[in-house]
Amino acid sequence: MSLAAALRVEKAGPLALLQDGGRFGVRHLGITQGGPMDWHAAGWANALLGNDPGAAVLEVAIGGLALVAEAELTLSLCGADLSASVNGQQLRPWQRFTLQAGDRLAFGMPRCGIRAYLGACGGWRGVPALGSVACVGREGFGGHKGGGRPLDDGDQLQPEARSQPLHLFSCVPPEYQPDYGQPAELGVIPGGQTAFFDGASLYEAFNAPWQVDTRADRMGIRLTGPELVCHHPGMVSEGLAAGAIQVPPDGQPICLMNDRQTIGGYPRLGTLTPLARARLAQCQTGETVRLQATATERARREYLGAQKAIGSFQGQ
Amino acid sequence: MTPKLQNAGIDAWLVRFSERIDPAVQPWINAFCQDCRAAFGKLLVDLVPSYTTVLVQYDPGQLDDTGARRMIERVIERMAPDGSMGSGRLVEIPVWYDPSVGPELERIAARNDWTPQQVADAHAACEYQVFALGFVPGFAFMGMVSPRLAMPRLATPRQKVPRGSIAIAERQTSAYPQQTPGGWNLVGRTPVVLFDAERIPMTTLEPGDRVRFTPISRDTFIKLGGDTSPVEEVPQ
Repeated sequence: MSLAAALRVEKAGPLALLQDGGRFGVRHLGITQGGPMDWHAAGWANALLGNDPGAAVLEVAIGGLALVAEAELTLSLCGADLSASVNGQQLRPWQRFTLQAGDRLAFGMPRCGIRAYLGACGGWRGVPALGSVACVGREGFGGHKGGGRPLDDGDQLQPEARSQPLHLFSCVPPEYQPDYGQPAELGVIPGGQTAFFDGASLYEAFNAPWQVDTRADRMGIRLTGPELVCHHPGMVSEGLAAGAIQVPPDGQPICLMNDRQTIGGYPRLGTLTPLARARLAQCQTGETVRLQATATERARREYLGAQKAIGSFQGQ
Repeated sequence: MTPKLQNAGIDAWLVRFSERIDPAVQPWINAFCQDCRAAFGKLLVDLVPSYTTVLVQYDPGQLDDTGARRMIERVIERMAPDGSMGSGRLVEIPVWYDPSVGPELERIAARNDWTPQQVADAHAACEYQVFALGFVPGFAFMGMVSPRLAMPRLATPRQKVPRGSIAIAERQTSAYPQQTPGGWNLVGRTPVVLFDAERIPMTTLEPGDRVRFTPISRDTFIKLGGDTSPVEEVPQ
């Protein structure tokens, strides 16, 4: 069987991981979800190539990655502007592009957002574990070479399908490109132990500015700001949904993301909406965000609307 | 049994069966999980049972929160606790109790004016329930250990807790499926492989199981494939 043309990793950078839609149906065994932190950008990267929204993309966090094409390859880039370039020529995100054999694709300093998604025809080839190639190092699952291992210098990335002529549009329409330069307003659906927070804390939670802390990774993103006080008589660990906002005794919230622990024992203020999770995944350390209480039905409508836009484009 | 439903986002409800840890709740949680899987079918994305709650995650493209709530309420109305008390399977876990692989046997013994052997006997004397899996794949939160064995977590967690370590934290007990950092008190080690992604089922233990720890000798431990390498010492 002849393999599709590959991309060689010249310089692996700090954090580039293969991610598909995530690992599901295994949370009761203590296994985390994985998947792209910014599902919205990852979905568009796939749509530009006619892939399923959950096909495997390369999540490039912060930059420092350099790749060389070994043959002609059609790829897509969505999400953060990480000063990407092809042979030194600037490459803007939210578009499809073609590399010729020997072309060098490099990622530099983050300009806007921090996570970029590199899509390939049919998705990138990975080693599935429990039905997903999502790379989770802590658990040793998934990735382009299995075992949850990240990219190494000299590795090869293989698209699942050969490049073929694609539909009309090679760019994500501007109205669907989020501007990560705008202040982030994150929708939160109140729930969990909301009622146990004191009044002043609830006011602060939804009115004060919050800073994205340095303690931020694929498990969770900590926010710093006013101290939130919760009077809960004694929490017992319970299942954590994606986007759950836990408040430990220091009063500083932690937004739980894709690689979160499956259960946790701190009081919860509520749950970030899916769009808020995608937006927070693009926030840099020190950036100011605000939390906005929102209703479940509205958040669901917005999520399905965003998915529909991605899906209808993919179908063209 | 009238559990409460709490919002957990656009695609999940948290179903709360009790405010406190109560072994009598376990058969209800088991029954609920089973019935929920049947009722939701393909619309179910994940179920996360824990001590007193179950997180039900569904496909938000097919169900809105009201629809999902109605399905959950219907499951609750009809459910009955499954079988006799304790419900699930009884799983035996062989354990080599020894200070070389369970350094906190001595810490717990000293507090009770016991010998390490008495601590081991007390730990092996009870039947435990698996309340939840979490922390790392296959790590089972079990309880309740006797109050005399209850011990707070180590002030300084170990960087490396060896795979198979049997441990106690407060009134919970567990077995480490893989080497990982950890702060629980170690009392012994099992040769049993607790998690294997290539195996069906992947985990030796599942929520709802009952567990008994059976003391074995060093020889039997080695014969069953156990690893005798010593535990990293931590200042306490």
